Amino acid sequence: MKILVIAEHDKSALAPATQNTITAAGLVGDDVDVLVAGQDCGAVAAAVARTAGVSRVLVCDNPAYAHDITENIASLIQSIVDGYSHVMAPATTFGKALIPYTAALCDVQAVSDISEVVDGETFVRPIYAGNALATVRSTDPVKMITVRTTAFELADGESGDAEIQNVDAASATGNVSFVDQMLSSSERPELTSAKVVVSGGRGMKNGENFGMLEKLADQLGGAVGASRAAVDAGFVPNDYQVGQTGKVVAPDLYVAVGISGAIQHLAGMKDSKVIVAINNDEEAPIFQVADYGWNQDLFDAVPALQAELEK
Amino acid sequence: MKILVPVKRVIDANIRVRVKSDNTGVETANVKMAMNPFCEIAVEEALRLREAGHAEEVILVSAGPEKCQETLRAGLAMGADRGIHIAAQDNLEPLTVAKMIQAVAERESTDLVILGKQSIDDDNNQTGQMVAALMRRPLGSYISKIEKNPEGFAITREIDAGLEILQITSPAVVTTDLRLNEPRYASLPNIMKARKKPIDKLTPEDLGVDTRRRVVVLEVNEPPARQAGVLVSDAAELVDKLRNEAKVIK
Repeated sequence: MKILVIAEHDKSALAPATQNTITAAGLVGDDVDVLVAGQDCGAVAAAVARTAGVSRVLVCDNPAYAHDITENIASLIQSIVDGYSHVMAPATTFGKALIPYTAALCDVQAVSDISEVVDGETFVRPIYAGNALATVRSTDPVKMITVRTTAFELADGESGDAEIQNVDAASATGNVSFVDQMLSSSERPELTSAKVVVSGGRGMKNGENFGMLEKLADQLGGAVGASRAAVDAGFVPNDYQVGQTGKVVAPDLYVAVGISGAIQHLAGMKDSKVIVAINNDEEAPIFQVADYGWNQDLFDAVPALQAELEK
Repeated sequence: MKILVPVKRVIDANIRVRVKSDNTGVETANVKMAMNPFCEIAVEEALRLREAGHAEEVILVSAGPEKCQETLRAGLAMGADRGIHIAAQDNLEPLTVAKMIQAVAERESTDLVILGKQSIDDDNNQTGQMVAALMRRPLGSYISKIEKNPEGFAITREIDAGLEILQITSPAVVTTDLRLNEPRYASLPNIMKARKKPIDKLTPEDLGVDTRRRVVVLEVNEPPARQAGVLVSDAAELVDKLRNEAKVIK
């Protein structure tokens, strides 16, 4: 078994999702290389080299990888894939776009969003919004996999001592060019790796009211998320969405405020350790999964909770 | 411009699925089926591009059992021009379907393929990326906006960190995210009209595609159930429980 993990990063810092993926790779086998493709990404390569369980860091520092253009990174993976039994990336928008594309280039049927490694060819993955778990076996000579990051611990980021090697850039596409990006900036922890997540739903009524949840999240040292209904209504940006087709989170504490609990939302948060639901509808399905339910109008409950936490 | 939109028949999004007692899959007998919601968004966007004068024809394709024709009819009732049914077994894999779509896109010389980003049954999120790779066409995944321009398409993508704008050339392959549009409902006259629209039939053999599965499903199980907890009556009780019982806050 020789595993190639594709690092996700923003050129200056390694995304924690990569460290979850390295943990999953370590369950497949103990020879784990990590590819860092980027521009001016030396700090990222150094961070990967310090991560426990990594044998080699393969760095490709080239303008073709200044942005995460799927086509370019896929060609690079294809150029170095010989000799690897597994290629793994986090099941983030980065990895979810990249791995199937690369798999098709290599005539491989990818395995998406694994939540458990049974052995080198057998994996468990949620289907139907997590309402069923499929155990699947890949028969392809190379397994190409995305990893549900919340299902695997973060690899230790300080105890590793991997060697760093440079690899040559592969052909770059002329058909896709980066124009612009509008990234959410926040001082709060990143949603998918936060220990506490406070999420709001349609019950928040508007975007301004999310200010209450931001304050609560800050009191708890957490991140702010949202249900699809709140994103569709324009209360908050798309990157807040927790659910089947948005982000999957599994914090120690998930506080669902004004969220009814559609199965599509539950799919993104039901592996949280402790779930609190605040909702004025006592029939809301969210109460069926909540450890602590509070049947109360959120506009009374949230300020009361804030005051109590300040005591 | 000709647009190809693959559509998938799935269990309706509002149905709570049940795992079969023999653990081979989920129960689909006598369960309400519908077009995958992301595919509906794809059909809608294709129709809007046609209505804006950027496309002459919107062709739908669906692969699977005979009943897929109902899904094609639903898309035709929304306003698509014609359908193609690839008669095959259920449970086709994304790579197999991508090869079929590639073959149809080449036969029909389509300029744009619009797919849903994922189907809500297998949650694979693979087919669109695979079509782009097989056809060596630029990929716009998870789009919330697409604009035709002289160079091809300007697309806005929903990514984990926010939004990204890319310029891609035409012909291209794009996959839809939730915020791209709100699909229309089919009107009764359009449902009637759709009955007369043509649906061509093809087989995997016609397209030269092998349907053997590479990823084998060994078993399907229920996830561990979460038990409902307790109700609290005020903030003090909640904070006390979180601090002293669950120990998740300080």
